[in-house]
This record gives sequence, C-alpha cells and structure tokens, in this order.
Amino acid sequence: MESNTKTIGWGVPEMAQKVAMDIHDGAYVNLGIGIPEMVADFIPEAREVIYHTENGLLGMGKVAESGFEDPELVNAGKKYVTTIPGATYFHHADSFAMIRGGHIDICVLGAYQVSEEGDLANWSTGNPDDIPAVGGAMDLVAGVKTIYVITKHNTKTGASKVVENCTYPLTGKNVVSRIYTNLAILDVKDKQLRVRELAPGVSFDYLQQNTDAKLNLP
Amino acid sequence: MINKIVQSAAESVADVFDGATVMISGFGEAGSPVELIHALVDQGAKDLTIVSNNAGSGHVGLAALIENRQVKKIICSFPRTAISVVFPELYRKGEIELELVPQGTLAERIRAAGAGIPAFYTPTSVNTPLEDGKEERVFNGQKYVLEEAIQADFALVKSYAADKYGNLIYNKTARNFGPVMCMAAKTTIVQVKKVVLVGEINPEHVVTPGIFVNRVVEIVNPADESKLVAENSKYHGIKY
Repeated sequence: MESNTKTIGWGVPEMAQKVAMDIHDGAYVNLGIGIPEMVADFIPEAREVIYHTENGLLGMGKVAESGFEDPELVNAGKKYVTTIPGATYFHHADSFAMIRGGHIDICVLGAYQVSEEGDLANWSTGNPDDIPAVGGAMDLVAGVKTIYVITKHNTKTGASKVVENCTYPLTGKNVVSRIYTNLAILDVKDKQLRVRELAPGVSFDYLQQNTDAKLNLP
Repeated sequence: MINKIVQSAAESVADVFDGATVMISGFGEAGSPVELIHALVDQGAKDLTIVSNNAGSGHVGLAALIENRQVKKIICSFPRTAISVVFPELYRKGEIELELVPQGTLAERIRAAGAGIPAFYTPTSVNTPLEDGKEERVFNGQKYVLEEAIQADFALVKSYAADKYGNLIYNKTARNFGPVMCMAAKTTIVQVKKVVLVGEINPEHVVTPGIFVNRVVEIVNPADESKLVAENSKYHGIKY
C-alpha cells in the first residue's frame, strides 16, 4: 500500500508520551526493549511508577551514566542501568512469577504486526535464515494484566503493521488492549479496532486507507 | 566435616563427562561464570547439552565452549544478540541443535526440576509456534500447555560470596538464573568472588542455601565478560 505516513502524525517521543499518560500512579510496569523504554521519560512527576525488568530487578532507575556502568546491573536489553531506593533483586523464576502470576500491571511492547483481535507478532519474521529468539515476550503477553503496543503504523515499505490477521508467527493471541502508532491510538475492544484518538492532520479515512484492518469509531 | 571449597576451577569441573547436560548461569554477560566455562574448555568434555539463557557473545565464555565444538545442543531463550557470532554460524550450518524456550518457561522448567516437579502447565506459548508438540489442557476456560522440568548433570554458576557450606549471596542482576540452576543439577559448581567464614552471611540474607551447592571455587578477580567481548578476546583453552 502506498503511503507517506512518516511525514504526518506523531513523532516517536510524542507516541511514547501518549503511552506514558495512560500509565496510572502506582503501576508496576515492564517496558520492552527499544522504543517502549522511552515511555519512562514521559511519566508525569506526580505519578510513582515502579519498573520491572525480567532479568531480576524491581525498581529500575535510569540508564547508568558514562563512567558509572556496572556490568552486573543490567536491564532486559542488557543495557547498564541504575536502581531507585527501595529496589529489589530476585532470581529468574520469581521474576517470571511476577509476570505470569498477573502481578505486573502494564507491559509496553513493540510489534512486527498486531491484529484487530489483539494478536501480537513481535518475536520472529518467520524467515528461516534468521536465528529464532523469543526471550520473555511470550511470558509477558501471557501474564501481564494490560498489554500496550507502541509501533510505527506502517513498515518502511508502507505495509500496514495493523492487520486483520498476523502473517508472522504469533507471540500471543488476543493479548493487546491498545495500540499507539504515529497516526492514531486504537483500542482493541470486543475483537474490533476502535479509533480512540487521531494524530494531528490524520483523518479517519486516511487512517483507514493506511490500515489493513477494519476501523471503527470509538 | 563439610567443606565444599575446592582449590581450582580445573579441579571443580574435572568429572564433567561427554554427553552431560550442563546449566550455565548468566543473562548475557551478567552472572556468566567465565572462569568455570574456560576450565571446561580446557577439560574438553564433548557432546554437551547446554542450558543457558543466551548462546554466548564474542569468542569467550559460552561462545568459546561452542567454538571448541564441545556443545551438541543448546536449550535457551535468546540465542541472537548483536555480538553473538559463534552460535549463529554453526546453527546456520546445521552443526548445533537449538531448543528455543520462552524465558519464563525456561526458568520455571529449571526451578521445577530442582523442586521435584516433573512438569507443569503454563499459558506461555499457547497459540504460537512454540506450543507445537506440547500437550494442551484447559483450566477455568483458559488453555495451557504442559512443560517438562529440565534436570542437569552439572550447573556452573557465578555468585558473589559463599561459605564452606555453600550458602550463597549474589550481586545485583547477576543473580538471574543462578539460584534455580543450583537447585536443578546433580552437581552444582559455583565460582565466587570471595569465600567467607561460616556465620558471616546473615542467615536472613542467604539467597541459595548450601544444600543446593556441591563445590565452591574462589575466583578473586573474575574476568568481566563484556570487557573481553569488547576487546574481541578469544579463548582456545590450554590444551588446544
């Protein structure tokens, strides 16, 4: 599908800010690797949010400053990080008990594709030449109470990442509740996509033209 | 008399046999027992099945063990990293087997083995390609898959400090898979930065009780694997 979606709508920081505004005070949050990590920069100061990283830390602080990196203090993306006062370390089975046991409130993840029924594909393109790697993505979508996806609406070649059915291998089925793209915020409700908010300059018709799934009004 | 302290890494891994299943702690470089792995490279046991979260970085640690062709199969969650070169090459050539396991399932399969639980049901991987071949069951209207425990012959683990009973404390996120791997192996071998006197670790602070540990080796200045990888160091072993 032809599109020039890069030049209109929200930039990535604005997308991250939109996600941040939907994270409530007191939430335990796991942010996926990459763009989702940026969400932490936009949480309003009046809100207290505790970050979980699945490699065994609750109360993750900011990325470590140059010269203060500790190779034994990393996040799930293997970046050097810091802790906040009140942080706690635990082993991997406990960490995933927090995830699978439904103790984490919100997880923000990236996507290759997300379907109108909330199916998520974000771990494999299915290309046989790629080395398959899954990490904690399947556990997160299976266990965290609310899954938000943050992604560009279209790929570099213009293909819609919001689709009727994912063609890439699934990470989980019916797991995503809200999708934040550069063009809009979409809710997955009753196995339908409902447009919650349009980015500036984006009309419903334009959004529909750039989306390979049926869109509905809120 | 109980004294689990052994004098060298070489001595601690001497009885690892060909075909053994070996767990290796660490999340990337954090918590990876580099000195124990290099001792295993020197020792030379072959056809190993390795259980570890990743598949090694650069040409040191687990990557060196793979590069030395001692590993037949690896059970892990994330074998693809920007600095992983050895595993991808052998995998593409079909010369190493991979069992890909979601990270939480991997941790729980290891924990289960240590706790005497042969298998458990989990919602992770349901409706994905990784559920293929697994028994499915519905509880309260939700689908789950059956996952079997992973038991090991040996575990190689890194922790911060130990006493002669094998009580362990860890350092920050280097803890990761260490505690569950200690529980799941017939023989658990731990490298520590320091050996302390019995009673020095507050019983309230012990993370891994010594009952799960068989051997402790003190490595006062362990190599920083991320630094070795950044320097593109290679380890070929002393016998090769």
